[in-house]
Amino acid sequence: MYKIENLTKTYKQGRRTVRALDNVSVDIPSGQMVAIQGPTGGGKSTFLQMLGALDRPTEGFISIGDQVITELPDRKLSGIRSEKIGFVFQTFNLIPTLNALENVETALEGQGLSREVRRERSLEALASVGLADRADHRPSELSGGQQQRVAIARAIVKNPEVLLADEPTGNLDEEMRDEIMDVLEGLWRSKKLTLVIVTHDSGVAKRAQRRLNIKSGKVAEAA
Amino acid sequence: MFFSYLRRELSGRKKQTIIVATGMALAIALVIIVNSVALGVKSAQAKVLESVYGVGTDITVTLTPTPPKAGALRGQHFDIGAAAGTRAAGSQKVSTSRLTTGPFSSTLPSSNLATIQSTVGVKAAAATLKLENITFSGELPDQNRTITIPQGAPGMHRRMPGGDGGTQVKVGPDGGADGAGGSAFDIKSLSVLGVDPAGAIVGPLSSVTLTDGKALSAEDAGKYNAVVDATYATNNSLSVGKTIDLGGKTFTVIGLVTNSTSDSSSASDVYIPLDVAQTLSGNAKKVSTIYVQAKDSTQIASVQKSIQTALETTTVKTQADLASSVSGSLGTAATLLENLGLWLSVAVLIAAFLIAILFTTSGVTRRTREFGTLKAIGWSNGRITGQVAGESVVQGLIGGLFGIVLGVVGVIIINVIHPVLSGTASTSNFPVPGGGHGAPAGFGGGLPPGMKAATATTVTLDAPLTFTIIALAVGLAIVGGVLAGAFGGWRASRLSPAEALRSVN
Repeated sequence: MYKIENLTKTYKQGRRTVRALDNVSVDIPSGQMVAIQGPTGGGKSTFLQMLGALDRPTEGFISIGDQVITELPDRKLSGIRSEKIGFVFQTFNLIPTLNALENVETALEGQGLSREVRRERSLEALASVGLADRADHRPSELSGGQQQRVAIARAIVKNPEVLLADEPTGNLDEEMRDEIMDVLEGLWRSKKLTLVIVTHDSGVAKRAQRRLNIKSGKVAEAA
Repeated sequence: MFFSYLRRELSGRKKQTIIVATGMALAIALVIIVNSVALGVKSAQAKVLESVYGVGTDITVTLTPTPPKAGALRGQHFDIGAAAGTRAAGSQKVSTSRLTTGPFSSTLPSSNLATIQSTVGVKAAAATLKLENITFSGELPDQNRTITIPQGAPGMHRRMPGGDGGTQVKVGPDGGADGAGGSAFDIKSLSVLGVDPAGAIVGPLSSVTLTDGKALSAEDAGKYNAVVDATYATNNSLSVGKTIDLGGKTFTVIGLVTNSTSDSSSASDVYIPLDVAQTLSGNAKKVSTIYVQAKDSTQIASVQKSIQTALETTTVKTQADLASSVSGSLGTAATLLENLGLWLSVAVLIAAFLIAILFTTSGVTRRTREFGTLKAIGWSNGRITGQVAGESVVQGLIGGLFGIVLGVVGVIIINVIHPVLSGTASTSNFPVPGGGHGAPAGFGGGLPPGMKAATATTVTLDAPLTFTIIALAVGLAIVGGVLAGAFGGWRASRLSPAEALRSVN
């Protein structure tokens, strides 16, 4: 699925140059569930953003399938994000003024679907995370776990090839964490997704098929 | 999605929507009111000008007057001969009048009319001769008074001529107005306009309506027939069939007219045939103003230019030039609108636009995570810009809608109040300080004849609401929204999705 070669990302922080990713080369096969761990500031989120075509590397390249995404213009990148990649964030990132159903619908924007089809698929996605009865609730009317399930529904409604989750259980208690991980794992199995989860939680990481450790911008396979 | 997202955003962020829409509403309302009143003032100015220049006059042609040479200026004067008037009880009663253009007036050769009529783009042209009739009437002591001294009276040693009845002796005056040798006299003036009796579709007579008798016609040429302004006639007990003394001649009043374009008097007190006016005032083949109507409004400028080229020494003015000559409260209103109203509405409009831009861009900053998330899930920059712009345009339109309601209410209030304005259109080439219809011409004081060249007209101000004004308001609301949306959208599109997410995660 992902082929990453010599990936380097540097930032300017004042006069200092920060090397967030340092010559990273790694392959992630299609359908694999990968957990990425490492200390804060080690480059985990930067790596996930590279995988999600949200940022461009300073050096190296990333390909999804046979498409080198690091060379594509912004317009094409948003197309890839729209069709192939689903995102789940630690803070859920739902739009506060939209209800659950409308939040899920935002992911189908620009795909040329009719309103009815969008609505139907969004309801299905909400049902798949067990929230069909909360479709007209706004984020402020939902618990943290419910909000994250809406975010997961939004990520999977477009049937992506990849699901990228950045600390998806970071804001949840233990019970909710397991509930969310059950949902993600269930979707990964049923939809044969490639699932990449950035986490600090060893309990979450243990559920993955493969674990990568990122420290000081270097990636290593975890034992 | 676009509309439901837009609706949710606007209703979910009520405070911002209300502030932006309120600013826009105030600006739009002000624009509507100022434009509507400006239109009303323009229409009122046109009414004032029509009362003087007639309906449909696009251009007036006069001769630029040259100031009289030093010592050459002579005020009005009357020569009262010893034998003038009638005598009784030691007093000499005199009444004399003269028609004059006045020392400050200039006249054009009447042949200019033909030149103008043959100019390309001219639909009609008519010439008039503006005159002032000054009447001197009063009682003077009889300078030739004599007394008879009987024969043999004490002190009479010599036989004087006069026969046996006594002797005629010329003595000093003791009659006059006060019976003791004093004098009293009245100076009255009235405006007289010499017009083409055959009738013209342009000129001062085009804005009058006949209320009694008949109008001047081709057969009145060369005759001492006059048409009198109805207001003047009422004030001077004149009616059809009565006579009026002008320039020492007795004119018969054949008709009464009133101003059909405003509530005020018409352009002149009395209208007489042009040829008679020219003869009596000693201005043969002279006219004071030529009124021109262009074939259509698009040709006014070119006709003005052509006439100016053909008649270099003349002053050629369009209605727009003439509008600036309207003084009085109407002139003040026009100046106020130009100087204050226009700039106030522009300032408020700019402020409203800035508020909208400021709120939209700060809204984008507040929604950085939201836009970063939308970009992460596949929204294009164009789609996000469109969403931000759409929200701003709708905010602008909401403001515009309330602004239109507010503006219409304001205009209705003005139309209910119906402010009354008075305007004075100067027809002289010299500035006329105040002055009014029928103001006395000076005789050793006041305004000299010919300077009574201003007509005060009272008009009620109507503030019309036109489709153009409403369209302008809607257009401005959209422009405001688009401007704010363009700024906000530009800012949102420049957000890097990674940075947007990093800054809040």
